Amino acid sequence: MSDLDLDALLSDEGKHVIACCGSGGVGKTTTAAALALRAAERHGRRTVVLTIDPAHRLAQSLGMEALDNTPRPVKGLEDGSLDAMMLDMKRTFDDVVASHTTKDRAAEIFANPFYQAVSSTFSGTQEYMAMEKLGQLQASGRWDLIVLDTPPSRSALDFLDAPARLARFLDGRIIRLLSASTPGSRRSMLSLMGASAAVFTRVFNKILGGHLLTDVAEFTASLEDTFGGFRKRAEATFRALQDDQTSFLVVATPEPAAINEAVYFSRRLTEERMPLDGMILNRLTPVRASLPAERALGAAAALEEDDPENPVAAALRTHADLARRRTAEQRVAARYGAACPNIPQVWLPTLGSEVVDLEGLRSFGATASGAANTR
Amino acid sequence: MSAAPPVPRLHIVTGKGGTGKTTVAAALALALAGPGRRVLLVEVEGRQGIAPLFDAPPLPYADRHLAAGLDGGEVFGQAVDADEALLDYLTMFYKLGSAGRVLRKFGAIDFATTIAPGLRDILLTGKLKEAVSRTEAGRMAYDAVVLDAPPTGRVVKFLNVTVESGRLAKTGPIGKHSRSVSRLLHSSLTAVHLVTTPAAMPVQETVDAHRDLLAADLPVGHVVLNKVTGTKAVGVTAEQLRDGLRRTGLPSDEALIADLLDEYESSRVEIEAVDSYRDRLETLGRPIDELALLPEGVDLSGLYQLAGALRTSLGQTRRAATEPEAGDRGE
Repeated sequence: MSDLDLDALLSDEGKHVIACCGSGGVGKTTTAAALALRAAERHGRRTVVLTIDPAHRLAQSLGMEALDNTPRPVKGLEDGSLDAMMLDMKRTFDDVVASHTTKDRAAEIFANPFYQAVSSTFSGTQEYMAMEKLGQLQASGRWDLIVLDTPPSRSALDFLDAPARLARFLDGRIIRLLSASTPGSRRSMLSLMGASAAVFTRVFNKILGGHLLTDVAEFTASLEDTFGGFRKRAEATFRALQDDQTSFLVVATPEPAAINEAVYFSRRLTEERMPLDGMILNRLTPVRASLPAERALGAAAALEEDDPENPVAAALRTHADLARRRTAEQRVAARYGAACPNIPQVWLPTLGSEVVDLEGLRSFGATASGAANTR
Repeated sequence: MSAAPPVPRLHIVTGKGGTGKTTVAAALALALAGPGRRVLLVEVEGRQGIAPLFDAPPLPYADRHLAAGLDGGEVFGQAVDADEALLDYLTMFYKLGSAGRVLRKFGAIDFATTIAPGLRDILLTGKLKEAVSRTEAGRMAYDAVVLDAPPTGRVVKFLNVTVESGRLAKTGPIGKHSRSVSRLLHSSLTAVHLVTTPAAMPVQETVDAHRDLLAADLPVGHVVLNKVTGTKAVGVTAEQLRDGLRRTGLPSDEALIADLLDEYESSRVEIEAVDSYRDRLETLGRPIDELALLPEGVDLSGLYQLAGALRTSLGQTRRAATEPEAGDRGE
């Protein structure tokens, strides 16, 4: 296994998108923000970081409190330029609609109850809109590098699958079936699928209520006129991610579930021929003293024979606990290297305090880049 | 105070990603499976997170025996899937039979659960209700049902099926069914437990989720403070260390002493931080169960160890329910 050289990646003029992926709670947002800051300050790249759901204090320190869905400059940089933004998926969807149709038609779409549901709660919309926003940022040409944090999905794979699922759904045969069997449609009920469609409509009208199906049919009909196919757009974005200008980084913590997720995701990226450049392992237990846990425990037991409250024994037991935790974590993390031997990795110990400001991000970035080997 | 409120039979375990809610849900199921009791452990997000904890193959849609509980009970496992659940309902309510399979082939099932995200949650929580109220041979099939629920960010929406079902048909069997599910979820037969680790973000999310659950009138149970490290906080000096290391025949160079002091100091800071997070969580006024971080990670025997700790804690709070102000976590 080779070590992941983050500085080389961040300074690579050929890379224009870095996407940080992984399961929930592994530190994707922090990693994305720290890499973006380092790219801007150390490598002089005009950088923007697109985050999905940052913790409040981190958002504050990046100046992202204004939720206007556009990148804003981050203040307090030592050097270079960094912009940051938080994705507002509803507003992004609204913008897509507004920019592709007339004012009246847009107003009609916005008023549709199904559009309101889709744009705010639909599973997959967040992923789709993250892709859409990424496309917009790229097209603007304002930045050398876009660092992307991915949505907190059930599974990291959702980021790849959800947009296609949404597109398939909005563009697919079910919709056509539905349009064909909605009362008032010009299309014939005697189509090949007519009979099944009738069953479908009858059952779902009962379950979902008739208004919902009508809303959906109207909504997709308005979309077809103006968009020329959601599927095409999703496919184009997907292909763009296979480009060598993009770099995927998988983020994990040394826990079985997070490592398994990282392995599945890495395999999937490889199958899709997407450029996976490395794995970042966060939150290893930091161990300083080089003393085997067994010897520390033995000595602690000896000291406690005379004095059960011996403070030296307490310090030795603390060290033994840390060392055992670290050993167990390394054993779990090693699964990744075994499953994905060709992916460079970097292992990072937990920092002393939680990362909530630029200084914290800076030292996270420095550790990530400098600690090529912490094992 | 009159009679104690009924003991919850549906335990919903949620928490921020990475806090160990699946592990806690599994340990809770083992802890609740006392002598002669049967407990069902359910997951709904298709992650198959439960099976590996028990070294078991992936869980099926139907319930399956998973492990022996503490002291002779039985734990069963089940992975509930919305598509399967919808087919169940269609078969049950509309006698669809083979037409259901046709709908599935066209992707119609996927379609319905996709255009109405609320429907998905109704189907999933509906299966929970069915498991809680199922009878077999004249007795309850399960004494308790434990759900590894969606994370805190999504859990209120997931459980608040009445609101979501407002978007769907108000008449018809599924609408009616969703109202009975909602009654169960808002009753004292249900308890929503919040899992957190001693760190700023998970604790903040726990406080937020607690507020949102109360606002939605959902019954909050315990707060589980997971992965707690260390208990001792006595001071130690470099001289004491040097002397102790020498006496026990360990190396006693200055670098090692400095490193050990450094580690000990950091873990003391960590312990103090745990205290402040515990104080913050106590303001919620819920029983707090503490689970120690297992240095070697959670394997099957570690899971039983956590179950033992939870059972002790559950026993204490059950007494607390009948004896007002039963004091703090006395140990």
